[in-house]
Amino acid sequence: MSEIFVLAEIAGEKVAKTTFELATLGAHAGSVTAILLAPAGRGAEFAAHLNAGPIERVIVVESDEFARYGVPASAYAISQLLTSQKPSALLIASSAFGKEVAGCVAVLTDSGIITDAVDVAADLTATQIIFGGSMTVHSRVSSGISIITIRPNAITPDLKASTPEITNESIEIPPTAKLAEVLSLEPPITGGRPELTEAQIVVSGGRGTSGDFSPVEAFADVLGAAVGASRAATDAGWYPHSHQVGQTGKTVSPQLYVACGISGAIQHRAGMQTSKTIVVINKDPEAPIFELADFGVVGDLFAVLPQATEGVRARKS
Amino acid sequence: MEGGRLDRLSVDSVLNDLDEYAVEEALRIAEAHGGNGAGAPHSVTVISMGPERTVDVARKALSMGADSAIIITDDALAGSDALGTSKVLAALIAKGDFDLVICGTESTDARMSVIPAMIAMRLGWAQLTFAGSVTVDPVAKSAVIARMTESGVEKMSASFPAVISVVEKINEPRYPSFKGIMAAKKKLMEVQTLASTGIDANLVGTAGSKSTVIDAVPRPPRAAGIKVVDEGNAGTELVNFLVEKKLI
Ligand SMILES: Cc1cc2nc3c(=O)[nH]c(=O)nc-3n(C[C@H](O)[C@H](O)[C@H](O)COP(=O)(O)OP(=O)(O)OC[C@H]3O[C@@H](n4cnc5c(N)ncnc54)[C@H](O)[C@@H]3O)c2cc1C
Repeated sequence: MSEIFVLAEIAGEKVAKTTFELATLGAHAGSVTAILLAPAGRGAEFAAHLNAGPIERVIVVESDEFARYGVPASAYAISQLLTSQKPSALLIASSAFGKEVAGCVAVLTDSGIITDAVDVAADLTATQIIFGGSMTVHSRVSSGISIITIRPNAITPDLKASTPEITNESIEIPPTAKLAEVLSLEPPITGGRPELTEAQIVVSGGRGTSGDFSPVEAFADVLGAAVGASRAATDAGWYPHSHQVGQTGKTVSPQLYVACGISGAIQHRAGMQTSKTIVVINKDPEAPIFELADFGVVGDLFAVLPQATEGVRARKS
Repeated sequence: MEGGRLDRLSVDSVLNDLDEYAVEEALRIAEAHGGNGAGAPHSVTVISMGPERTVDVARKALSMGADSAIIITDDALAGSDALGTSKVLAALIAKGDFDLVICGTESTDARMSVIPAMIAMRLGWAQLTFAGSVTVDPVAKSAVIARMTESGVEKMSASFPAVISVVEKINEPRYPSFKGIMAAKKKLMEVQTLASTGIDANLVGTAGSKSTVIDAVPRPPRAAGIKVVDEGNAGTELVNFLVEKKLI
């Protein structure tokens, strides 16, 4: 049976939930080993979080240099493990960090890379959805280790309890991986909401909010959702650019996307079209965003959202 | 100091927004420290790989104010993956004498934001990627950026040489002036072929690609959904839909 490695990332004080999505996909093709690059002295603590899903083995490498030197330090450590252990594939989450690590590992191990896949088959064929959701592409790495980055929320992770075997490795990071240094880190200001690209539910507002995002935020909060925005809203300064969804913003693929006062320009669709369920609230029955809607409301978001927010709150209490 | 800039061309060979941000940032870095052009201390070189039309793209960057351009165009490069593209661009950069290479973060067509990091890795240079702001100290030969990603904002520093990639919104790219457009016609544009880089044609293009597309099929349009007109209780109907779909 082939060996599939996945990169377990640490997000705040936990292992990122995308790790379990990677493991679930990896299990389609072989037995899954998670690589955990942890701060010095904290490997065991984070490894203990990897007790779910089809993870059979955890390789822990501890060093404070991962946080200090960013992408190249992680890429070097991972490449060392790949060279010595020779798995068939490495799966990494498609974040800015994840894609760069994957790219650098591909260079270091002379392997092919596929980014932003939404599925991986038993023979390591990767599925990508491109051109704003209009095409499905299947491709395979033809040389070296299959390095594939996976979009968050592409699948529902298998979370059955497991007790992987944990081993520790120590790896020396070479000077060429320490050329750029992280001086400080300000975590994103999310107002306690989940990160946009990782969220199960995203509620987005556009020009139709006229700059008042409070009904959008209230609905997001009652659903435990992240808040997104169209470019019209971020350009107007109504919401931070980091929340922009679309071609020149974030790509999201949540279980539920709620578009409020957004017309559905192609550049916006490019960032949300692969969402599992799409709900639309728009005053204009002709707005192109309705073409994507599983449930569309022709109406005023300032009336519909507060009623829906109350409705969800009432059901929860 | 010299500022270089490069991009991977979009399919239609249009200098897209992100690449203009990179050109603009290179020019601003030079201008903040004495400028570029004849008699000025710095120079900005455009480096680009793509089909023959790439010449027009580079010309636009020259009309914005870059000093010269190096273009590589070769039929053997068609179909290059990120590995091949980064190999060729790294070879071109290595032949020059650059302190900084500034790239866009993503080409609009191929969401492969990995190329700047791959180039840095190949050159053995520092990588300062996803910069939302860049500050350069030409005397200390170092740069500090604010790296903006889903993990937040990281302040990072490195000594030259470094590969910097910039995010959209880092600046407001200038429009080429009439004078700039005229001046660009006289600027040096060096067109290279693969042979001049010494890279084996089998390592790049479709031949050298380390991934293969099996098929590409149009996706069926989404099935038509439910559409209601709000008559006072659409919010409640929406909640019922979410419950039915087990989304709440
Ligand atoms: C190169 C390029 C890149 C781009 N990248 C992006 C990107 O990444 N993301 C992005 O979003 N856009 C992007 N755009 C911009 C895109 O083309 C659109 O201009 C933008 O998405 C429009 O935003 P909007 O839908 O909020 O505004 P509009 O198109 O103005 O739509 C507003 C909608 O709100 C509705 N409305 C108004 N009032 C109400 C109300 N009270 N209740 C309910 N509905 C109401 C209206 O009927 C209308 O449909 C890009 C454009 C270019 C050229």
